[in-house]
Amino acid sequence: MSTFLLLTITGLGLAAMYFLVASGLSLIYGLMGVLNFAHGAFLTVGAYATWFAESKLGGISSLTWRFVLASLIGLLVGGIFAALVELVLIRPLYLRHIEQVLVTVGLSLATVALVQGIWGNDPRLYAVPPWLHETTSVGSASIPNDRWIEIAAALLVLAGLKAFLRYTRYGLIIRAGVENRAMVTALGIDVRKAFTLVFAIGGVAASLAGVLSGVYFSEVDPGRGTSLLIFAFIVVVIGGLGSITGSAVASVVVGLTQQYVNYYSSGIGDLSIVLVLALVLLARPASLEGRTA
Amino acid sequence: MSKALRLLVPLALVGLLALVPTFGFGLGGVFPGPLSSPGTLQLLAVCFVFSGVALSYDLLFGFTGLLSFGHALYFAAGAYVSAIAVTKWHWSFAEACLVTAAVGLVLPAIVGWISLRTSGIAFAMVTLAFAQAGEILVQKDPHGWTGGNDSLGYDYHHVPAIFVGVFNTKNLYWLALGYAVVVFSIVAWTVRSSPGHVLQAIRENERRVEVLGLRTRRYKLLAFVLGSFLATAGGVIYMLAFNGASPGITTPDFTLMLLVMVVLGGTGTLWGPILGGALYWYADQRLVAVGGSHAIQSLPSVLRTPLSQPLFVLGVLFILVVFFLPGGVVGLAARGRAGRRGLRRLEDSLRRSPRLEGEGL
Amino acid sequence: MPALLEVRDLHVHLGESHVLQGVDLDVPAGGITALLGRNGVGKTTTLRALLGLMPRRGSVRLDGDAIEREATHRIVLRGLGYVPEDRDVFAGLTVDENLKLAVRDGEDARYDLVYDLFPELKQRGRQRAGTLSGGQQQMVAIGRALLNRNRLLLIDEPTKGLAPALVADVARVLERVAESETALLVEQNLAVVRRLAGAIVVLDQGRVVHTGPPTDLDDEALVHRLLGVGHAA
Repeated sequence: MSTFLLLTITGLGLAAMYFLVASGLSLIYGLMGVLNFAHGAFLTVGAYATWFAESKLGGISSLTWRFVLASLIGLLVGGIFAALVELVLIRPLYLRHIEQVLVTVGLSLATVALVQGIWGNDPRLYAVPPWLHETTSVGSASIPNDRWIEIAAALLVLAGLKAFLRYTRYGLIIRAGVENRAMVTALGIDVRKAFTLVFAIGGVAASLAGVLSGVYFSEVDPGRGTSLLIFAFIVVVIGGLGSITGSAVASVVVGLTQQYVNYYSSGIGDLSIVLVLALVLLARPASLEGRTA
Repeated sequence: MSKALRLLVPLALVGLLALVPTFGFGLGGVFPGPLSSPGTLQLLAVCFVFSGVALSYDLLFGFTGLLSFGHALYFAAGAYVSAIAVTKWHWSFAEACLVTAAVGLVLPAIVGWISLRTSGIAFAMVTLAFAQAGEILVQKDPHGWTGGNDSLGYDYHHVPAIFVGVFNTKNLYWLALGYAVVVFSIVAWTVRSSPGHVLQAIRENERRVEVLGLRTRRYKLLAFVLGSFLATAGGVIYMLAFNGASPGITTPDFTLMLLVMVVLGGTGTLWGPILGGALYWYADQRLVAVGGSHAIQSLPSVLRTPLSQPLFVLGVLFILVVFFLPGGVVGLAARGRAGRRGLRRLEDSLRRSPRLEGEGL
Repeated sequence: MPALLEVRDLHVHLGESHVLQGVDLDVPAGGITALLGRNGVGKTTTLRALLGLMPRRGSVRLDGDAIEREATHRIVLRGLGYVPEDRDVFAGLTVDENLKLAVRDGEDARYDLVYDLFPELKQRGRQRAGTLSGGQQQMVAIGRALLNRNRLLLIDEPTKGLAPALVADVARVLERVAESETALLVEQNLAVVRRLAGAIVVLDQGRVVHTGPPTDLDDEALVHRLLGVGHAA
């Protein structure tokens, strides 16, 4: 039972990271029709910015506050980077979806290579507050504390995004744009501002996933973004492109399946995910047309 | 160009390339040594392999409009299955080639049959997922066959002696050149045949082809299997050139690299991927040399760090090509007719067909 | 006096087909100008080209200002209301949200007018637009355009696919609209056109082939020649 609980919480922790990457990916695809291969690069940029900021913030003696501050800087950098990518690279190719995808492919290759060039191929250690790696007992299971943080962060982002989409004017524009972008412009709304906004939101959420993955694995390496991105793609497809709630549910399915199958069947969890995806697609290829945010 | 000339130029080019291993001179700093040196021949041989593999990818992406993100799977299958057969199962090379060919036909037939139930971005995602399964399988190292994270070196006892060792690099060179020529001929013949015209019509407007009563899925599956099979064949030669298989060729990045090659060269053309594949590999390899060169190393670090990363340079170059040279290198000459049109059509097919299109922003 | 909207030599290409081949038309201020023509002659394309929803060439002037190079949202903010052919309400949004989205920044929304014309929209405010009937969706689409004060309304086949009773309702609403606003109306129902329009413009094969008063529709030979048999109402 305690093993099962540990697996479940750990699976949910993984799911949290998948969700943070997938939610932005899904919103961007839903609104703009762009399959953003650079989303992993946003994650990498945010994670490295956090690591870098932390190394420069030695003046703050409290590890916790140092880490929190560094993370905030990392999220900011990731968000700004993503917004710039939209403004400079995506916007000029408006409505040319294939070219936009190609540009994000080039960008992801270049960003990862640049990070490798500057900080090397080896993982960089994340100096996180020690309490994050202590455990809390739940019944008979000892759960590492960072799992709670990951789950809480994802829940906060989920609630925040839902509220943003539901109650703000930009949220309304994004939800409408996911359905029918052209009609939104025909109401006199400059939908491009919403494009930059979803990129920025996606960038911040991906950076948060980068920071949390740094906590989870205790380190960050240049390839982290790409490897999480693949699973996020799968999550987005299963959950329905453009649907935040769908992404959340699909992340949980993927995270838990991966953990359980890995534990009970000598590590073919990742393969089982691909199988789940294939089954979902064969059962309802229409899930890819998902529209409501 | 007259028809005779059109045939003559490629033949002359192939003839000239076939003579390269006899040229004892170098071309300045263009190649690591004289043309006949093993280093240069090896570099060129792999260039030819990528020419062919890129063209096999273009058959799907450029000519049929199938954006597959899983082409690495079939290339890697060629390299790994042949390497495992000779090394782990101790089969003869001929037997290894036979089983590899069988895998190269059956695997894409199954994956294609499933994936082609979807289209557009969904198809891209499913093919990516299947390729991902391939990567994971190699990582898991079942029965110790694939070597996991490490490269799998081949057992040279079971590989034809003419392809083993530095002194035989010229044979490998000819083999790779032959591979590129064969792929070119097959793809050229295919796209000019009547099924090939159907493929291009599918790219232009799939629904219209369906209305004509043709079962488009069957044609797409045909293109998918053919393109994948040609990539599998390339994987075998790659395996010979690198004395085995390595996990890098199973990754999504490898497929993205093929995509970059095709777009760099010119989408939906025959010569584009041939040039793009060769140029990309050449640039990737030589940029490492250039990156380590004195000229680059003496630059201030702001410039040195990015310029010494080949993938950074190629990634940026790729973005520039997408922005400013939509027809790729070949499009420079033909000013991107087919390539650009192909992209545009493909885009239409990928678009989620909102009822209003083309907001004039 | 120059027309409110002046269109000169408007061209639209879609792929290989030349859909609009130099459309010239004027919409005078006040009342409804009907744009008629057989299916597929480019009526909807004309409206969408005016709005910048598709690449176009030619000259479009609104109150003397050239707008043919502007982005859709800027054109709309000049005071163009649009009721698209297939209504295009946002199915996942509630009726309230559909209306709220249409309110242009810094303008007083005329909710009173809209709820007066379509009381049902008030009652069904929290219902998702996707669950509404076709007629109700049409109310949302028209109401959304009328929320703002427009200089020109572009209305594309508002009675298409509606039951006869609803057609009469929509016509009544448009009649009221015509009292105070200017509209360019695409409409197949000639009875509705006769009742509403102050002028008619007939399009054929991407060109304007006839302009005149609505009484021209009494000429059966002309109607038959320009609009085909199915149109005699």
